[in-house]
Amino acid sequence: MANTLKQRPEYRNIHITQILAYRMPLAGLVSILHRISGALLILLLPFVIWLFDNSLTSEITFDRFASAFTSGLGVLPGWFIKLVCLGLIWAYLHHLIAGLRFLWMDVTHKMSKEQGRSSAAITLALSLLLTVALGAKLFGLY
Amino acid sequence: MATNHGSGRLVVGAHYGSRDWLGQRATAALIALFTAVVVVQLLLPGELGYYRWAGIFAPQWMKFLTFVVIIALALHAWIGVRDIWMDYIKPAGLRLALQVLSIVWLVGCAGWAVQVIWRL
Repeated sequence: MANTLKQRPEYRNIHITQILAYRMPLAGLVSILHRISGALLILLLPFVIWLFDNSLTSEITFDRFASAFTSGLGVLPGWFIKLVCLGLIWAYLHHLIAGLRFLWMDVTHKMSKEQGRSSAAITLALSLLLTVALGAKLFGLY
Repeated sequence: MATNHGSGRLVVGAHYGSRDWLGQRATAALIALFTAVVVVQLLLPGELGYYRWAGIFAPQWMKFLTFVVIIALALHAWIGVRDIWMDYIKPAGLRLALQVLSIVWLVGCAGWAVQVIWRL
């Protein structure tokens, strides 16, 4: 009987507006960025497979793949394709490094508050550093 | 053995979802391994053009590994995106629609990626 049921308190995830008002700890930032980067990678999956397809299928398609970064793809200019790839590079690196961190935490079961914070800082720094290094290569700085 | 059907179906408790949790980690390890295999080959000396790039994916063992990773990636992404919908989308109809859309998206992408490796 529905009307005999007790009104129970309902616990839900905190709302996005509350999250934005919080000053998140570094481990929390890594965690939410892990989710965001994962979602971004799924959303851009067809683009990644398009790159995979054209880079592998033949020399002709390889040229099409390479020219997407210089003369663009359809209406999208080359710099925009590079920017999207830069986003993909960051998303993949962050997701990978943060994922390895989570795996390490799962396996060792040893995680202090300090370790959580320092490993989160390493994750953020390493993924950003590698993104900058690969991004510089992508934009032809070296 | 926990019941996974009928009115006694296990929907709460310490082990609900642990299979998905473990599956996501196993697939993650596979994808990380694949990433390492590709990166190591990319770092080998020599000019990186079409032939070297296509050569990486030419051996049968690499197609074998890539195929497994594509399936692993689809499963991994499914568990992740399902978690996102379960956390943020409360109306059952909308959640179901988004879950179906996610499966369509991931299965389609996986099929396309498999086609790329096997027609080389």
